[in-house]
Parts: sequence; structure tokens; C-alpha cells
Amino acid sequence: MSIIFLILPITLLLSLGAVAAFWWATGGGQFDDLKTPAVRALHDPISPSQVRRAKRSQS
Amino acid sequence: MTNGAARRVPEAAPEAVSCAHCSLPVAPADVTGSAPFFCCAGCRSVYEIVHAAGLTGYYAHQEQGRAVAARAATAGRKYQELDDASFQAQHCRIEASGDQAVELLLEGVHCSACVWLVERVGRVVPGVTSSRLDLSRNVVALTWDGARTQLSAIARGLESLGYPAHAVGESATALTRARDRDLLLRLGCAGAAAGNVMLMAFALYSGAFSGMEASYQALFRWASLAIATPTVFWAGAVFLRGGWAALRTRTPHMDLPVSVGILAGYAGGAINTVTGRGEIYFDSLCTLIFLLLVGRYLQHSHHRRSSSQSELLLALAPQTAHLSEGNAERDVPAGSVEPRATVRVGAGERIPVDGVVTRGSASIDTSLLSGEPMPVEAQVSDRVYAGTTCQSGEIWLRVESAGTETRLGRLMATVETTQRRRAPIVRLADRVAGHFVVGILVVAALTLGTWLHLDPAHAVDHMVALLVVTCPCALGMATPLAVSVALGRAAKLGVLFKGGEFMEELAKPGLIVFDKTGTLTLGQPELVAWLGDVAWQAPLRAVEAQSGHPLARSIQRAFPANDLPIEALQELPRGGITAKVAGEQLLVGSPALVAERLGRLPGWAEKLVQTHADAGRTPVLVAAGGAVRAVAAFGDTIRPEARASLQRLAQLGFRFHILSGDHQSVVDRVALELGVPIDDARGGQTPEAKLERVAALRREKQRVIMVGDGVNDAAAMAAATVGIAVHGGAETCLRAADVFATRGGLAPILEAVEGSRRTLAAIRRGIVISLTYNLAGVALAVLGVLSPLVAAVMMPLSSISVVSLALRAKTFEREET
Repeated sequence: MSIIFLILPITLLLSLGAVAAFWWATGGGQFDDLKTPAVRALHDPISPSQVRRAKRSQS
Repeated sequence: MTNGAARRVPEAAPEAVSCAHCSLPVAPADVTGSAPFFCCAGCRSVYEIVHAAGLTGYYAHQEQGRAVAARAATAGRKYQELDDASFQAQHCRIEASGDQAVELLLEGVHCSACVWLVERVGRVVPGVTSSRLDLSRNVVALTWDGARTQLSAIARGLESLGYPAHAVGESATALTRARDRDLLLRLGCAGAAAGNVMLMAFALYSGAFSGMEASYQALFRWASLAIATPTVFWAGAVFLRGGWAALRTRTPHMDLPVSVGILAGYAGGAINTVTGRGEIYFDSLCTLIFLLLVGRYLQHSHHRRSSSQSELLLALAPQTAHLSEGNAERDVPAGSVEPRATVRVGAGERIPVDGVVTRGSASIDTSLLSGEPMPVEAQVSDRVYAGTTCQSGEIWLRVESAGTETRLGRLMATVETTQRRRAPIVRLADRVAGHFVVGILVVAALTLGTWLHLDPAHAVDHMVALLVVTCPCALGMATPLAVSVALGRAAKLGVLFKGGEFMEELAKPGLIVFDKTGTLTLGQPELVAWLGDVAWQAPLRAVEAQSGHPLARSIQRAFPANDLPIEALQELPRGGITAKVAGEQLLVGSPALVAERLGRLPGWAEKLVQTHADAGRTPVLVAAGGAVRAVAAFGDTIRPEARASLQRLAQLGFRFHILSGDHQSVVDRVALELGVPIDDARGGQTPEAKLERVAALRREKQRVIMVGDGVNDAAAMAAATVGIAVHGGAETCLRAADVFATRGGLAPILEAVEGSRRTLAAIRRGIVISLTYNLAGVALAVLGVLSPLVAAVMMPLSSISVVSLALRAKTFEREET
């Protein structure tokens, strides 16, 4: 069972990695706005063709 | 330009035409020519701009999502104040790329299609390099190339798309965001720590039952200590600081018993780790800090949401003045206008400064300052005040004072000083915590003393176990959760609370002071009496259909529409109107105007005019063929639901006062009708008198709830225990209000009171349950039979029961009507 002396520090290091990732994400503003990105994801794929179509229909 | 546009719009049957921009129904009168049709000029211009910029995808997105129908709001502002150096220094910053960046609060963003459109503002205004909308805060982050465009042009572009822009307030500043992130970070780290320590605690507990080698035990204990140390002193610093502040200022606060428990547990655990004997409490401590931070975070985010909503309302006040310099004119921030400068105010605009009219004439809506709905005529050399609205006409003013020096500004300063001086409300949970901490310390001392006699070796351990188990986790979570849930539900009903403490105050019976106009009454004149031949009503209705005067609008509401032909319509000064209807020359106006035109009034009419004027009503004469044909009287009518709402409030133990700026006779009539004691109904009150009266009532130790809708009530609201602003009220009065309703009428007030009572009941239930758990813990700890395992199980259990109770509590729900 002495493997636990190795495993425990490794586990804690992994947790520390997760905490660091969370820290980085929070500092980068990933959690500032939880509403708009969900909406924005629906927009992007259709916009270029939409623009072309709109331009064609106007000319 | 709109060729392609026309094709997109379905050719609907004429009786069901919806606006091509916002999908609201179009008035039949506006369905002329060919499609597309629009409900208003604002929607038409937005539609044209959207099509010109090739942004028709907006309508596709609107159809995809749940489109919220909302009229395009455009006001035709120039936004030159945004280019002002002082504004830019305060709000803008330079990006690394050399672009300028700013955040603006937008009106009218509500759906996915809005996000799409706002983020493509660069198509309308070249030079915008990026545009990101935050839908939950209504804030857009813009960057633009300063060489290619100006901020005012971008703001005009946004407005042309239907989203008027405003400078952001406090809720959207970088400071607030930094605080949000900080709290979230602490929450996340405390969660991670709690999870890891809990896993090691499982190993230790199973070791305690089935035996474990000392070296492994030491490893787990030291690892737990390593994780718990930053959790307690960094993540838990929120509570330790709060506890220290409570101790220093000697105010009871929840954080104090929490800090005592955390510190005692940590100290006991750390000593036991070093000495290698006794219990450690790190799993309980980390879980405790995590759960308490969850409560704190919820409370914080709800508070921020309600304050950002109120800031959007506050931002609606225009802060621009049209400064005239010779023939040129430019827009400047209203506060920076110098005395003796000349400012122009157009129809429909808010007057930005105090000043004297030098040119032009206008009909001024002074309801913001006086609370009374009838407009006042302003001629050359009349004084007008900032905050009032120019309803029709156009005037030039010589500025006397601007910004904080105006009457409005001074009134707001009074509001702020009154608010600062107001004693803070001590919340129920904090009051309980105040007694709690004393009780716990006494019991802890007794435990220590007793066990020192019985078993000195374990006395300290028993005391620490007591302090940890009584650490009021559930108590600390119960109130924030119940309040957060209630605040969210109340906001959905259109009642916005600025803080949970006002909910606690509203739950107890007290004295409600009403401003009459606009709260108890509809705040708009209605036809209340008609004396004369009813045959004149139809011609009168036809003539008044052409006017925008408030009295004309109430005549339009009172009589059915007709299509009598009208010729030679002429608007007269002081709200009069004359036209030829059905062969008769009809003259409508105030008694003074009609007397002037006819020579003199017949005796019966004069007497009637006098009677109505004495009763506080506004008489209007209808004359034709050189004789008075009818006398109409207008008065402010009581809201239909006022009586029932007041009766319900009276049942709940509230009493009522009325403080109004209106005539005493009118106030008496309203008081009589609603059953308010006549002695407590006072008319002719200035804003200062209202403040004095409320302050006097407060000195008598009464719980005073001030309900109002104008700046004239703002100071009194700030002085009251709770100030409630009702819908349609002035933005400035919202600043003074603790609670405001986004719906009109008295129903939201009743809902606020009843919801608050239910919320307080939920808070009490939560407190009782958590105290019961604590009491059981105390009993076990005093007897010395409390193991850390029992403590570790009991704490989450009590928290879960309190949380589920708080979430399930029925607080604010719309009643069946």
C-alpha cells in the first residue's frame, strides 16, 4: 500500500492542474457572460451565405 | 432600396397586418399603399437601414427564435456628448491594436436576433472593428478605429438599428466584474478543496473503523492540512474579514459565528495534525466554506442583476443639452452648460437645465417635479426647471443653473444625504447570529470548564467539536437562498427589490404613505362630469380627435369615435381649439379663453365652473353659435383596483396616510372614497413638506413605507423605512426607491407585501431548522459523544434540508385574478 505515498501527491497535482485551468478560464472572462455565447453559436454558420443572398436580392 | 424587402413580407389581409419590423399589429389607418407596413416611423427607419446594410438575416433569426415583439425605440439623438473629451477619458480606453474601446448600455436588446444585429453594427458604421453584446447585462463592448469613425456615429448607428445607447453605470464597470470573478474563483477553489479533503476523510474514517497504519494516517492528515490552509485563509477570507468587521463595529453579523467556528476548527485540527492525536475537522471546514460561498455567490449575482436592471431605467434620462451659439448648435453634456448660455429645447424633449425662456413658447409637463399631470404653458420670461418635459412647441432658454445646481439636482442631493443618514436595517439572520454567537461562546466555556474537571485531556477537543458543529452553515445559507429565490421570482412579476432587507421590512405591518396622483389615482385626467346637451358630444369628439392635449385624449377615451367632417381647425393658445363641424363653429377651451372670445359667460356656466374648480376638477367649456353649450369637468380618477388592494393591505395590519401635491379638496375626496382617515390625508404638500412629515413619523418609531412616483416624493422615499416607486415614475425617483414596480397600479405593492411576508416566513423556517440541528449538535458535543464523522454528516444534511426548503418555498406567485 506504500504506493499511496506516490499516488496521493500525483492526485493532488492533477487537482491543482484543474484548479489552475479554472483560474485561467475565470481570469479570461469565460464565465462573465453565460447567456450570449449560447445564442451566438447559432448565428455564425449561416451569416456569410445570408449576406450573399441578401445582397443578391437587393441588386 | 426596399425592393427585396417587399418580397419578403407576406401579403396579409388588410384587417390583420403586422409590422414588417416588430410584428406588432399595424393600425388600419397606417395600411396605405403597398407592403411592407409598419406600426410606427421608428420601425420603418430601422427596417430600411437593416435592408440597406444587407442585414436581413436579422428577420430570419427573429423567426427562428422566440421573437419578442417590441417596437423599435428611436429618439433621434445626436450623441455628441459621447465624443466629449471628459466622457472619453472616463469611459474609453485604448486597445493594444491602437483601436479605442468602450462599453455601452443598450436599450431594447432582448433576443438572439438582437445579438446578431448588434454584432454587425460595423456594416452600418464603417470603422467599428468589433462589437460584442452581453445579453444578460444589456451591455455591448465596442472597439473602433478612431481615425475612421467617432463614437457618436456608432451610437447613432446603434440607435438607427433600434437600440439607443447609454453610458454604462456602476453595475457594468470593470471593478464589479473583477469582484464577480474573484468570488467565483474562491467558490471554485473551495469546491475543489472540499472534494479532495472529503476523499481523504473517507479514507481516514474507514481507517478509524478498520484500523490503519500510523504512517498512512499521518499522510492523509498532513495532506488535508495542506489543502485546508489556503481554503480557510484565502477562500474563507470573505467570512473572516466580515467577522472581524462585525467585531470591530460591534454590529451583529452572520460572519462572526461562522468565523469563530472556522478558526476554532482549523486551530484544533492543525494542532492535532502536528501532535498526531485527536480529531481533524478539515473536511467539515472545507465543505462549510464551499457551501457558504455558494450562498454568497447567489446573493451577489441576484443583487447585481436587480441593480443592473434599475440602472437601465436610470440611464434613460437624457444627459444632453442643445447648446445654441449664434446660428450653430451642438450637443453637450447637460451638466457642463455654463450659466447665461442659450439652450434650445424641442418638442418631446426633457429640459436639461434650470432657466428662463427667452424665445418661443411651449406646453410643459411638470409632473416630474410637481406630481401633477396637467401641462403648464411657458411663455417668454417664464422660469422652467430641469427634469420637466417640453410637450409641444419649442423654446430657447437662458441658462441659470445646470447639473447639480438645478432644483432637481439639489433635490437629488437631499435624497442622497437622507439616504446616507438612514440607519441600516439589521437583518433577521444577523440579529439571530448576534445572540447565537454569545450563546455559543457561553456554552463552549461551560463545556471546557466542565470537561477540565472530568477529563482534562479531552476538554479542548470537546470544545472545538462544539464550535465546529455549531458553526451556522445552514443559518448562513438559509437567508441568502430564500431571499435570492424570492428576488428572482419577484422580478419576474415586475417587482424589483434593491435588497433582501427591504423584503424583511415590508413583511411587518406598518404605515403606508401614498402620494395620491399616479399611485392611488390613474394620474391622467378623465371626464367626470358633463352638463349640457349630449348632442354636442359627437362634434366635440371629432374636433378633439385632432389634438394631442391630455384633455383631448381623455375626451377621445370618453366618447365613441365618429367621422363628422371638420373644417378650418385651429389650435388656440392655452390648450383651446376651434373648428367648423357640421356647419357649426365649435369653440372648446378653458373658461378664461371662452369668456375672452364670447365676451362673458352665462351665470349658470360661471357657477358650474366655480363648483368644479373648488372641487379640484378642471372645467372645460364647449361653445357654439356664440353661446356656451356644455360644461365638461375633468378629474383624476381613482384606480379601479385601489379599493380592493387597500382593503387587503388593511387586513394585513397596515394603516394609510396620503401626502399629495394636489388640492386638499381633491385629496379629501380620494381619502373618503378609499376609507383613509381624513386627518391623515394632506394636500398641497411640497417635496420638502413630504420629507418633513415622513421624518416626523419615523421619529415616532413607526415603520413608514412611502409609495410614490415622482421626484417630489424622492426625498420622502429616502427618509422612509422602505421607499416604493410605482411604474411610470420618474427615473430620478427610482434612485431613491428601495423597491420598484415595473407594472402600474397598486397590485404590485400588494404582491410585494404578501410575497415579502411569505419570504420572511421561509427565512424563519430555515433558521428554526438550522438551529434545531445546531442544538442537537450542541447536546452531543457537551456530552462529549460527538465524533467528527457525525459532525461531517450532520452539517451537509442540515444544509440540504434548508436549501431544499428555501427553493421550494412559495414566495412570489401571481394570484388568480
